Amino acid sequence: MTVKRLRGLLLLPLALLLGGCHLVLLDPPGDVARQQSDIMIVTTIIIALIIVPVMIAIGVVAWRYRASNKQATYDPDWDHSPQLELVVWAAPLLIIIAVGAISWIGTHQLDPYRPLDRVAPGQPVAAGVKPLEVDVVSLRWKWLFFYPQYGIATVNQLAAPVDVPIRFRLTSDEMMDSFFVPALVGQVYTMPGMQTVLHAVINKPGTYPGFSANYSGVGFTDMRFKFEGMNRQDFDRWIAKARDAGTGLDLKVYDRLRQPERDVPVQYFARFEPGLYTRILERCVDPGETCMSATMSDAHAGDAMPGMQGHGMHAATGALADDRTPVPAQAAPAH
Amino acid sequence: MPEATPHRAHVWDVLFGRLTLDSLPFLKPDLEGRIVLATLVVVLLLGVAILGLVTKKRLWGYLWREWFTSVDHKKLGIMYMILGTVMLLRGFSDAIMMRAQQAYAFGPHMGYLPPEHYDQIFTAHGAIMIFFVAMAYIVGLMNYVMPLQIGARDVAFPFLNNLSFWFTFWGAILFMVSLFVGDFSTAGWLGYPPVSELQQGPGVDYYIWGLQLSGVGTLLTGVNFVTTILKMRAPGMSMMKMPVFSWTTLCTSGLIIATFPVLTATLFLLSLDRYLGTHFFTTGFGGNVMMYINLIWVWGHPEVYILILPIFGVYSEIVPTFSGKPLFGYSSMVYATAAIMILSYLVWLHHFFTMGSGADVNSFFSLTTMMISIPTGVKIFNWLFTMYRGRVRFTVPMLWTMGFLFTFTIGGMTGVMLSVAPADFLLHNSLFLIAHFHNVIIGGVVFGVFAAVNYWFPKAFGFRLDEFWGKASFWCWLVGFWVAFTPLYIMGLMGVTRRLSHFDNPALQPYFIVAAFGALLIALGILAFIIQIGVSIMRRKAYAVGGDPWNARTLEWSTSSPPPAYNYAFVPNVHERDAWTDMKKHGFRRPLEGFHPIHMPKNTAAGAVIGALSFICCFALVWYIWWLAVASFVGVVAASITHTFNYRRDFHIGADEVRTFEHTGNWQPEAQGANA
Amino acid sequence: MNTTAVDNAGNAPSRFLCHEEPPAHNGTLLGFWIYLMSDCFIFASLFACYAVLGTSTAGGPSAAEVLDLPGLAVNTALLLVSSVTFGFAMLEMARRNKGAMLAWLAVAGLLAVGFVTLEIHEFAGMIAEGAGPGRSAFLSSFFTLVGTHGLHVSVGILWLVVLMVQLGKFGLTEANIRRLQCLSMFWHFLDLVWVGVFSYVYLAGVLR
Repeated sequence: MTVKRLRGLLLLPLALLLGGCHLVLLDPPGDVARQQSDIMIVTTIIIALIIVPVMIAIGVVAWRYRASNKQATYDPDWDHSPQLELVVWAAPLLIIIAVGAISWIGTHQLDPYRPLDRVAPGQPVAAGVKPLEVDVVSLRWKWLFFYPQYGIATVNQLAAPVDVPIRFRLTSDEMMDSFFVPALVGQVYTMPGMQTVLHAVINKPGTYPGFSANYSGVGFTDMRFKFEGMNRQDFDRWIAKARDAGTGLDLKVYDRLRQPERDVPVQYFARFEPGLYTRILERCVDPGETCMSATMSDAHAGDAMPGMQGHGMHAATGALADDRTPVPAQAAPAH
Repeated sequence: MPEATPHRAHVWDVLFGRLTLDSLPFLKPDLEGRIVLATLVVVLLLGVAILGLVTKKRLWGYLWREWFTSVDHKKLGIMYMILGTVMLLRGFSDAIMMRAQQAYAFGPHMGYLPPEHYDQIFTAHGAIMIFFVAMAYIVGLMNYVMPLQIGARDVAFPFLNNLSFWFTFWGAILFMVSLFVGDFSTAGWLGYPPVSELQQGPGVDYYIWGLQLSGVGTLLTGVNFVTTILKMRAPGMSMMKMPVFSWTTLCTSGLIIATFPVLTATLFLLSLDRYLGTHFFTTGFGGNVMMYINLIWVWGHPEVYILILPIFGVYSEIVPTFSGKPLFGYSSMVYATAAIMILSYLVWLHHFFTMGSGADVNSFFSLTTMMISIPTGVKIFNWLFTMYRGRVRFTVPMLWTMGFLFTFTIGGMTGVMLSVAPADFLLHNSLFLIAHFHNVIIGGVVFGVFAAVNYWFPKAFGFRLDEFWGKASFWCWLVGFWVAFTPLYIMGLMGVTRRLSHFDNPALQPYFIVAAFGALLIALGILAFIIQIGVSIMRRKAYAVGGDPWNARTLEWSTSSPPPAYNYAFVPNVHERDAWTDMKKHGFRRPLEGFHPIHMPKNTAAGAVIGALSFICCFALVWYIWWLAVASFVGVVAASITHTFNYRRDFHIGADEVRTFEHTGNWQPEAQGANA
Repeated sequence: MNTTAVDNAGNAPSRFLCHEEPPAHNGTLLGFWIYLMSDCFIFASLFACYAVLGTSTAGGPSAAEVLDLPGLAVNTALLLVSSVTFGFAMLEMARRNKGAMLAWLAVAGLLAVGFVTLEIHEFAGMIAEGAGPGRSAFLSSFFTLVGTHGLHVSVGILWLVVLMVQLGKFGLTEANIRRLQCLSMFWHFLDLVWVGVFSYVYLAGVLR
């Protein structure tokens, strides 16, 4: 694996410089983050192919043609050269074609909406393995995780068995946050009334920091959680522990949870109000509120500006129709 | 949002809106209150000292007649530069406070700033540095240099130019007032909702109206400069003979015209949400937060090119001058500038790849973003080949340029890293991103501004700047920048995100301490710059220079230093690209007789009055003092209408007066000064 | 500064200088046109908002339910005829026929006043029915887009009044002709924007 060797090359001087501090983005234990990191490293090296010689050339030329160096050729009228100008345009163009191709392929392969086809290099997802489903809600300023397959919910703690694909569906109660576990996978925004999706897998057991990467007010700094990668037995034990917690997450408890609050401890809920996640997404938790999909004419959800082509809106309507329907990965075509 | 419940109409409420004694933070007994009080005392002392000095020296009349009401592009340019420098001190104090907080707030120590205050500081830092430092500087430079470069006597709309300055000035004052009366936005420099929708109190409103004022000023400047360049170039100066700095001014002004209205509209919609309860960016009632983020970046991304393009122009003037050669690949440079201008419209979405758009959308914006690096790379190559086979003089402007070439190239590299969408999912909103954009804005724009100040100062004042303090400032900035931001790059790769006011992981603290040290070095750089100006003023006799101290190439160096109000006694007739080099080559001699009267615009108080009334109107809107808002708005309209009835807007400078200046001004065409 | 040391050849004509002052070129019309282009971007932003939010009725009334096409026909006719009469005024200006020009300008202004009055009436009716700008994102964007256009028309009317006073007082001076040309551009520009509002907001909204 060339990337592996390149990574070593890159990490060595940095590791010496840092004396053991972990540059998690260059060596993440989650397979998706690792592929994203690989792309980052490879593109950096490709760009360096042009940047480094140019910087050396700047230094050399400036020094060689310093005013005091009377030996150097002085050509006071030389101001263009078609061949050189061709090179000047072509060189960055070639580099950008290379980097652009990598970015294009990588963006599609690592699209957060795309289900995983491998859990580790050379290890495809086994047939019949269902991904772990986690529904994520960002609240002010805490994280709520639903495990619909297990019927439990947690606050500020997320756990997943190693080498099992995870499928996150994410939304927010009020603010725009960004769900980010650097060791696991690149971040994605959580937005009120909209749903984003993220696929990931963790390959090494351990405790990793997770947080919101998008500023959302005074409690933002404390909006942190622990992400635990566990082997199967530990994960089952963790689920059992949450089930033993005894309390349930009903609308009243949720109403308390959604109040702005800083530095919130981990909480477990043995069960939760059915459909609560969908109601949060559709902004109809409080009785008397109409769910969004009931008030929005679906036909026009694609009528948006580029980049906001109604992922969330489609997802929202899709979610109401069938809670388990996979969300379409592509943006709706604008008409 | 306006108070929905009818409450008793106290006289106070009517007179002062929601402004109460509680709105004055310096009256509060906590730490924050004391910090603000101390700042207020210092500002007041400084203010009283300056005002007292002006009064004692009886300068008010002079300032009013010669500066505040002036429509001379050169004086307005200088006033913009002064405004930028003052605001740099404010914005940098915010930076120091942030660095101090982050270096200290670890584990049990919560730092000296509560999040409510810290968040205001990073918001103010970003907004001030972009709108009132960088923008003021580049508008100042364009104002001073461009009309001289194209051989014009002034800009197309001199009065609008004055008005633009006052709008920018009062916008800055509104930001400064928020420090002592009320609070400031905590929503970040772009005021993202929902934070900006939900924050109660005047903070976000200060932000909105401050930016609206300065935004209108900038828009008018853009209209003014495009018209000037298209209509007022000296005879013979075709577009492809125009100096590159003027080309970049044209492209930047084009960008301003096409993007600042979007900013105005976006902030207008945000203010409607806040004042009238509409639902553009709310989370309920069908509002759409993402729309704000799209719109603000439709302005925001071109904005960074608005800042950097004129600075590319600055380097394109400095490198040929100090290499003793014409710019390599002039046409490439012009096409590259135009390409950047157009591409900069097509990249805004790269600021939120992580919003969950589809892979096709992300790939498209990733590619357009990368494409910008092609013309930018071409520029770097062109500067390199300009030095090639030249005679490079390492003067202070050239030092800044060298610092730029190295620093900016690295910034470009990290920029391409961020433009790769999959990598951006990891790096977005991290300290790596912070380091990247400071790398291009400090390494590009700020270095360029200092290069430009050192380069054109002798033209503006007739004496050059001190070399020693100039070099000291340069090295402090260069080293300080890398010391301050390398730790941020590294921490970004550790997955540390931005805008945190407190940290738990003690392993990060050394990095923040190093970064704070870097900020102190930059502070020394700023100090050295101020000393440089002071020392140079004191030694102005010894440092006096003629019209062309650098043996430069473009028209502005053919007139006196400082130039007369009318710029050129005879409008230049241009034949070649480097017009002044061409003139020198052909043994040009300046005529000393045969002058004729010159038609010039007259100074007017209208700009200062309209600006001040607009400020009052915006302040009243911030505090819901409706009667005052209405009254001052009517005042603005009335003043504008009155101005249209003023038909005596121009006068002639007599031929005698021109002759007198042409005999006493400061020319000495031979190269001298700092280029030994 | 002692300049006698500098040798000057005197008054030999130089090919590097224009010995006659080049004719003054007035950039006002170009500048105003550029300003109008920037105004286009404001409207473009508002149109974009309407495009995104036009169907976000949040349970409130939709475009088809609140918009009144017959009223719109009258409104549009007023504005378009106003543009035509402004054109007549410009023709009279070209003939230096001040009285007729002022009369046509007055007609154009009155028609525009009619337009704004009708619009205010429409807005007031909608607000009275509970379909105000705070009801839903659709209504916010509708009121803002149409209202911003109406605001522009109102500014145009104010400008027209001031300019008519100027013309009456100082006559067809060079400056006033220039101003009238600018206002004429502004007037027609607002017509164009209205065609956009009319087709995109009203027709498309009702037919949708």
